[in-house]
Amino acid sequence: MINLEQRFLTFQFLSRNVIKLLTQFKTKMPTYNLKINGKSQSVDVSADTPLLWVLRDHLEMVGTKYSCGIGQCGACNVHVDGSAVQSCLLPVAQMEGKNVTTIEGLSEDGSHPVQEAWKEIDVPQCGYCQAGQIMTASAFLEKNPNPTSSEIKNAMNGNICRCASYSRINEAVAVAAKKMK
Amino acid sequence: MSTLIPSKFSRRAFIRTSSLAGGGMLIGFNLFTACKPKAEMPIDISKLNFNDFNAFIKIADNGMVTIFAPNPEIGQGVKTSMPMIIAEELDVPWNHVHVVQGKLDTNNYTRQVAGGSQSIRFGWDPLRQTGATARQMLVNAAAVRWGVESSECTASQGIITNAAGETLGYGDVVKEAAKLEVPENVGLKDPKDYKIIGSDASNVDLDEIVSGKPLFGLDYKQEGMLYASVLRPPAFGKKLESYDDNVAKAMDGVVDVIKFGDKVAVLANTTWRAMKAKEALIAEWSDNSPMESTAMHDKKLLALLDGNEFNTLRADGDVKKAFKEADNILERTYESPFLPHNCMEPMNFYANVTDERIHLVGPIQTPEGTANRIAEMLDRDVADIELEMTRMGGGFGRRLYGDFALEAAEISNLAKKPVQVVFSREDDMTAGIYRPAIKYRISASIKDGQITGYHLKEASINSNMYGLIPNFFPAGALENYQVDVAKYDSNITTGAWRAPYTNFLSFAEQSFMDELAELLDKDPVQMRLDLLQKVKGTTDERIQYSAERMEDVINLVVEKSGLRTPKDGVYQGFCAYYCHNTHVAEVADVVIENNKPIVKKVTVAVDCGIVINPLGALNQIEGGVIDGIGHSMYGNLSFEDGTPQSNNFDRYRLIRMKEIPKVETYFVKNTLSPTGLGEPALPPAGAAIAIAIHKATGNRMYKQPFVDQLNKKELVG
Ligand code: FES
Ligand code: FES
Repeated sequence: MINLEQRFLTFQFLSRNVIKLLTQFKTKMPTYNLKINGKSQSVDVSADTPLLWVLRDHLEMVGTKYSCGIGQCGACNVHVDGSAVQSCLLPVAQMEGKNVTTIEGLSEDGSHPVQEAWKEIDVPQCGYCQAGQIMTASAFLEKNPNPTSSEIKNAMNGNICRCASYSRINEAVAVAAKKMK
Repeated sequence: MSTLIPSKFSRRAFIRTSSLAGGGMLIGFNLFTACKPKAEMPIDISKLNFNDFNAFIKIADNGMVTIFAPNPEIGQGVKTSMPMIIAEELDVPWNHVHVVQGKLDTNNYTRQVAGGSQSIRFGWDPLRQTGATARQMLVNAAAVRWGVESSECTASQGIITNAAGETLGYGDVVKEAAKLEVPENVGLKDPKDYKIIGSDASNVDLDEIVSGKPLFGLDYKQEGMLYASVLRPPAFGKKLESYDDNVAKAMDGVVDVIKFGDKVAVLANTTWRAMKAKEALIAEWSDNSPMESTAMHDKKLLALLDGNEFNTLRADGDVKKAFKEADNILERTYESPFLPHNCMEPMNFYANVTDERIHLVGPIQTPEGTANRIAEMLDRDVADIELEMTRMGGGFGRRLYGDFALEAAEISNLAKKPVQVVFSREDDMTAGIYRPAIKYRISASIKDGQITGYHLKEASINSNMYGLIPNFFPAGALENYQVDVAKYDSNITTGAWRAPYTNFLSFAEQSFMDELAELLDKDPVQMRLDLLQKVKGTTDERIQYSAERMEDVINLVVEKSGLRTPKDGVYQGFCAYYCHNTHVAEVADVVIENNKPIVKKVTVAVDCGIVINPLGALNQIEGGVIDGIGHSMYGNLSFEDGTPQSNNFDRYRLIRMKEIPKVETYFVKNTLSPTGLGEPALPPAGAAIAIAIHKATGNRMYKQPFVDQLNKKELVG
């Protein structure tokens, strides 16, 4: 429906009445069944809505952060079937049948080894990027439990920290790797 | 070596206590404002009421302490360091103290601002005095209960003990303490007895941050709240002519479209819907003032530097004469671009304007000023406003400006609905209040191998350096010294950016010093130390820095960086700078890898007085150094036809994990009052790496970002 509407954009002369007519025939929003942090959730949203905004605005799980919206910063990273991905780029329609884990579901009480390491090293400054950093690090360590220092840097390079808490992030990932053994 | 600076103001003038209905005691005091050193305090205590205070501590009857502090947290750690200072003097375990972020109740909190690294500098005395006063009152209350002299009692870790060994907890006597007179003479601890100050404490919001709890402005939700995405002029200098919202209004979730000024807001029930519908607005714009570009700014600023239209901020001796009599003159021009702040959390604010009250929630560094402006804009009483501050996902100066809060209030007022204005990243980068482009021209006159004169000229967009800066190094060290400034008025909005002016001036001045030392065939460190000798014992009260403290950081960084024992293939750049009351020296180590200079390590020596929380301080310094390197290397926002040429991180390069050096920090140990750390480590970093890059490649850096120059040149390893 939106695509149709957007196509009309090129016809700037389109009259108000035509649009009114169009909106009267709006179909009901599709329903998507999602599995988030082990729980089934259903949401009525348009197909193009990114997972990020479904989490933040529809489900009010605001731990996953918005910063660039174009896959450049990693602030919105979540796990989808165990891999860290940028939720701002994932249309909800592609999420059915997938297991999504957000920072809220990484552990019950903030005791995931990566979270523990983050606390031990006192990583955050403003803290805004840290949920994304933690999600990237935790998915990475599941796949590579014995990372070298340059593997850690590579894995974390997609996450921007504007406060530049990078050295501590680096250190915390190494500490977390030890804790996960 | 150092002495404790005595407190300069009377305790009675800023502390008042009262009992709390539910038990416990409330102590009002003033942070940051009424307590400026040297201020006379002709205040009659009996006339003070609680509205005269901007901060409070509450001691509950279980002995737990709450600080209601007005200071917004922007990641510089004051939410951790303030309770540490109170806990130290009150003598309770530091985890018995926590901070509650004060709401802006305009009656109770005045002058709330975070910026300029001043929070701890101005908070140090009032926080200690308040803690010590409360402890004394608790001890006095216990002494009365026991019928002994209070001098026979001691307090430690929340427990009062008398000569007979009996004990009472703070909570046991707090009710009685609240009724006692505020004591006049209360001793502060000797720094050598500190148990909490100087020990590592983690960020107080750590648990919440790592588990993704709602803390930030964008996390705020309210029943019935709509999200507003705002279409702003696409270029500085454009005005809204007309717009068509038919398509936008027909889109899912869109509730309203509102025009205000030259902007149009789309209100929708989710952020995504609001952003999408904003893209569907069709607007016509007109050009009302010249469309500016980076090429035009370059021309204008260089013309200013070549011209004679300057404001002289400081002139010692006779610079003209010194230059006329010189046998040699070094003159260099340094250039920097506009920079956006790029806080990771884009600008946002919640407002609900109703006839009864105005409720505002969000991340802001200047709550009081913003509330006043909103009251004025809406023609309302400021007492109708309740402003709550959230944690901020970065500030760097951007959140000093309340433009986004004003937008929220205006939209809510017109729509009669609660709204949260959310900037997309594109909005955030293109509707910024930028660090202005600045150019410096520095020249020095040389006679008989000595520096005889120094002339600094600044050409900047919209505003010039603040008045204290001309009194930084090398002011006072040279007989003939002059600082001149000029500006070009642009329609591009500009403002403070982490370490305003010094963030670039340090690079210009310290690079120049290095080149000057090279020209004079002097050791660059020794040249600085020689200049500092001349400032020692100065009677010039305008001089801001201390030659002795500068010497300390220089000697420390030289020792720790191995500057005197060079290693093959490692090129070191040295820089020493004073700003924001803190002295910092840095040495950058650069190596050549794949024909490119790579910054491997930065050694930092800092004199910030007493280090309250070393763990937090190290984080601030590392962050500042890396921020300084990142922006010197890559930061650049250019303009074409009034439009910023980058609007998201795909076209704006921020430093990332793979580009960071190791940062090693050393503190000068002394017992001087603490100064701020949010900013001072940033300015020297650009110069230190530029000087190291020169050593490694033979190329001097004169223009930021360096990466443009490094990509152009054939580098010799
Ligand atoms: S918000 Fe998704 S990558 Fe930046
Ligand atoms: S801690 Fe502020 S952006 Fe990473």
